[in-house]
Amino acid sequence: MANQQLISDLCEQAKILRRHVVSVAVAQESHLGGSLSSADLMAALYFYYLRLDDEESPKDHFLLSKGHAVHILHACMVEKGKVDATELPRTGMSGSRLGGHPMLSTPGAEWGTGSLGHALSVGVGIAIGETLNQSDSRTVVMMGDGEIQEGSVWEAALSAPKFGLENLTAIIDFNKFQAGGDIASVMPITPLVEKWKAFQWNVQEIDGHDMSAIVEALDSAQANKGPTAIIAHTVKGKGVPGIEGTSRAHFTQLTKAEAEAALSNLEF
Amino acid sequence: MFYFNSPEILNAIKTLGQSLDVVVVSQDNGAADWFDSESSVEHFDIGITEQNLIGIAAGIAHTGKTVIVLSMAPFVSMRAFEQIRDDCAYNRKNVKIIAMFTGLEAGYWGVTHHGIEDIALMRTIPGMTVIVPADSNEVYQAIIASGSAEGPCYLRIAGFAADMSPLANNNKPFVIGKSALLHEGNSMTLIATGTMVRTALAVHDALAAEGIQLRVLNMHTIKPIDQEVVTQAAQETELIVTLEEHFVIGGLGGAVAEIVAELGVGRVVRLGIPDRFVSEVGPYEELLGNCGLDAISVISTIKNLLKGG
Repeated sequence: MANQQLISDLCEQAKILRRHVVSVAVAQESHLGGSLSSADLMAALYFYYLRLDDEESPKDHFLLSKGHAVHILHACMVEKGKVDATELPRTGMSGSRLGGHPMLSTPGAEWGTGSLGHALSVGVGIAIGETLNQSDSRTVVMMGDGEIQEGSVWEAALSAPKFGLENLTAIIDFNKFQAGGDIASVMPITPLVEKWKAFQWNVQEIDGHDMSAIVEALDSAQANKGPTAIIAHTVKGKGVPGIEGTSRAHFTQLTKAEAEAALSNLEF
Repeated sequence: MFYFNSPEILNAIKTLGQSLDVVVVSQDNGAADWFDSESSVEHFDIGITEQNLIGIAAGIAHTGKTVIVLSMAPFVSMRAFEQIRDDCAYNRKNVKIIAMFTGLEAGYWGVTHHGIEDIALMRTIPGMTVIVPADSNEVYQAIIASGSAEGPCYLRIAGFAADMSPLANNNKPFVIGKSALLHEGNSMTLIATGTMVRTALAVHDALAAEGIQLRVLNMHTIKPIDQEVVTQAAQETELIVTLEEHFVIGGLGGAVAEIVAELGVGRVVRLGIPDRFVSEVGPYEELLGNCGLDAISVISTIKNLLKGG
């Protein structure tokens, strides 16, 4: 069992991240649904698993392949002290460093993403390069569930086991919705576990809002031979009552009342 | 025949590997046998997955390496265009794409295998260097030069069907972005690239015998293009003819025409593959002829132009 204090701290951190995302979503239309669904995963990655701070060596790599969830990355950067919280509501506005996808100007963004289906291949390449460098640096790629409709994802999935990349972890934020509605009706992607197993990945299927399960999955990914895929069942818009698990959650602006309800829901 | 494992290509890669941390990625072209344990160059075969190939190349480059991609022009330039744009160019990675099976070289294999849009596509990408060597010496020099160019490069390398033996006049030091003047002349300027430089020289010699002196330029770098010599040609000669084994749209001719149009002086006529699919079956040379890209056709076209046609 993971350390209870750690789990409790990470759960609090995830709440803070969600509050930051709400501060963006009340100011303007935003991709809040996928930002909120991945908040617990991102809390575990940024405040437990990944070695990303400048003084840490080796540095790990994180690629937000589902780039439209950039607001959760911005939230992490606030908590890392690289972005001021007052910048969040100004996302996308003139002169802001914070855009609608991870950009080269985005503090903490390792890769410019946005077009879906790119970063798993990039992650395979980074994992190969770090192996050649004889570094024990780890690479984590976060993908959306709708994203894996892209064929390029499966080209990358095919290639990672060939190179035995145990330093590579793919996380699928399985929140069941994409821009056009529920995934099952737009273009079904299930069965996910069987697909990734058939592609010779280690697969862990978890509740993506259960912090203990997230931490354990990340810890055990390190111990696996070959690449690991974490299929994280999540709820789109998690944390905002009335928005959770709806198609609207993908891209919307919250009313003040909705934001207040959300912030009250996300109190400590 | 000139292939990925021709000495000019392999030696250039291995030479780069002595000064740079070089990794080669290839796709199902036998490259595993060319980079043995004695070579300082690491190699990975990524299979028939162009999008993945380029994404992986960008990722490896991110870890401090110079990545050489061995791939086929039509497939890598079109199938993986977005990965080249986003992952290599936007993210500024040192990925050098060696693209073979260029132009109409795939011949009777047909339209799907003709690489005739790649210059146009690659030219639209900010920060991309686009090089089209004319002979085997230039292939070697271009690959070496790409190693010290920052960011991604696209090297369009013919030789699968075309003659790439060394050209007599083409022996000046290779500098990216600086064209080579092969013949001085003032009646008109013929600007050629890649395989068509050889044709341009044949055209020059035939017309010189009739007292017509063409200026001939080898425009081996399409991006960044040598604006200075194009400007000079527009100012000093009445007509510029561009010659390329590529669509007339968007390639060398397009690049030259853009400069001349903005200059407001001079005239450009573009010779290349016309705006159609070259879907007839036949050997490489015949397909070139069908597109008016054999020396006899080019001579005839130029004579008509000089007569005011």
